[in-house]
Amino acid sequence: MIEITDLKTTFSTGLFKKHTINAVDGVSLHIKKGETLGLVGESGCGKTTLGKTILRLVEPSAGTICFDNQDITRLSMREMRKIRPRMQMIFQDPDSSLNPRMTVAESIAEPLRLAGTKKQEIPKRVEELLTLVGLSLEHLDRHPYELSGGQNQRVVLARVLALEPDFIIADEPTSALDVSVQAQILKLIRDLKDELGLTCLFISHDLMVVRHMSDSIAVMGQGKIVEIGTPDEIFESPSHPYTKDLVSFAKNAVLPYKKESK
Amino acid sequence: MDIIRIKNLNAGFPTKRGLVRAATSVDLTIREGECLGLIGESGCGKTVLGMTIMRLLQPNTIISGEIFYKGQNLLALKEEEMRKLRGKELGMILQNSTTSLNPVLSVGDQIAEGIILHEGLRKKEAREKATELLEKVQIKNAAVMSKRYPHEFSGGMRERAMIAIALACSPSFVIADEPTTGLDNRTMKGVISLLAEVAKSKSMLFITHDLAAAFEICDTIAVMYAGEIVEWGDVDEVFSAPLHPYTSGLLNSLPERGFIAIPGSSPSLIDLPGGCRFKERCACSEERCARAHPLMKEISSSHKVRCHRYD
Repeated sequence: MIEITDLKTTFSTGLFKKHTINAVDGVSLHIKKGETLGLVGESGCGKTTLGKTILRLVEPSAGTICFDNQDITRLSMREMRKIRPRMQMIFQDPDSSLNPRMTVAESIAEPLRLAGTKKQEIPKRVEELLTLVGLSLEHLDRHPYELSGGQNQRVVLARVLALEPDFIIADEPTSALDVSVQAQILKLIRDLKDELGLTCLFISHDLMVVRHMSDSIAVMGQGKIVEIGTPDEIFESPSHPYTKDLVSFAKNAVLPYKKESK
Repeated sequence: MDIIRIKNLNAGFPTKRGLVRAATSVDLTIREGECLGLIGESGCGKTVLGMTIMRLLQPNTIISGEIFYKGQNLLALKEEEMRKLRGKELGMILQNSTTSLNPVLSVGDQIAEGIILHEGLRKKEAREKATELLEKVQIKNAAVMSKRYPHEFSGGMRERAMIAIALACSPSFVIADEPTTGLDNRTMKGVISLLAEVAKSKSMLFITHDLAAAFEICDTIAVMYAGEIVEWGDVDEVFSAPLHPYTSGLLNSLPERGFIAIPGSSPSLIDLPGGCRFKERCACSEERCARAHPLMKEISSSHKVRCHRYD
């Protein structure tokens, strides 16, 4: 479904003295249809930039991105617009990724309207999507500030699913939410993925969460993929020192059943 | 000796749509040297409880009850008297270091502010002390960093700076409000060990929804749901043998404990249901849960719960 070869994204700063940063530095990845690839790494390692580059929200400086056997690296923005409905992204903070002045109904209708869905069909489709993500009709006229973080993330999910995408990038979809809501949203994403047969790139810094969500895990450090493996391989026998480090920190952050004597 | 004793505390915010009851008859005590962890989901009133102790809520908040700090009722103090305690005796690590720090003042100056005010030091001396504090919270190159601004600090460093501000005048009681939210595992580990260090020498209220962090730092745990304390007890007992169905639900939502979500969402604090506030989402709710509001019941000297199953 997704095939990335030697992808590079470079940011440069400075007006007189050019200073470049390779946020994504030669990444090759592939995701099979219907699979979830977990992408883990610490803050600032380039996870989000990689996600945005795959959707070409950020332009790559080298390498190729193939989506469904089509090279999309050099497509013009006009051509890209035709493909975009099939690839969608869920962003980190649900509160800031929704338009505060739109009601839930308007927010979910927006992508449908832009994709040219018939006007009469929109309200029915909005209601279907709302039920799909576990919200009720009473939420239709609410604004984002009137909903909780978890409910807003459900609205975001409804928007993302509105155009029936094949591929979803979830960028830390629950890091702004607390444990109980996180479990609800992740279960919803997993169920919908199975139900709709979606392919997914799941980005997170939480290794425990990624383990539960993914078929395979790619570990990213300083713009490079340092290790790829099944969740069990990564957890039980990490080979790269950076992965070992991440795994040990993650295991440390796990809640034990009993306290060791102080 | 109790350093903090909260008795029948209620806090509400009047809004157009009605009174938001953020805290309802909260009773809690924190002993000298104890670290109490306050856990519960966003919007359950954890932060409001911390802000009430510091008296940092808006003036129109309706507050009743008593909060005793070393025997004196904080809620009865005049604002000037409270100002002398705030920062000096009661330290607070505010939530969200990105927005809590002043973006146009250097980090060193922000730490020095309290020192100048409470300890009467000159600016130069206070700045030197600020540098020492930054060293204490393990910021490398403290002398240089104290002249830098918050945006030049990473998330973990800003959190450390917040801790330095709270500790500046060596308070005896510290409130830490979600200090580890938004940090990745490695940074979080560093901040947690620093807080654990602080907790050794001070009394602390640790507000968090990071259960593993609470486990590591705290001696006792209070679980809050929809403005009420529903369970209170020794950290080991609460995490290994939770009594309240909500506490079990919270623990089971963790990836390492099965990843099972609690269905539904918490009730609106404007329109709280009668009876048990958790009944709608509870797997073991019975007829009496809708009828009567459960009271806090002492199961052992180190464990209390608010649930009809233990009546």
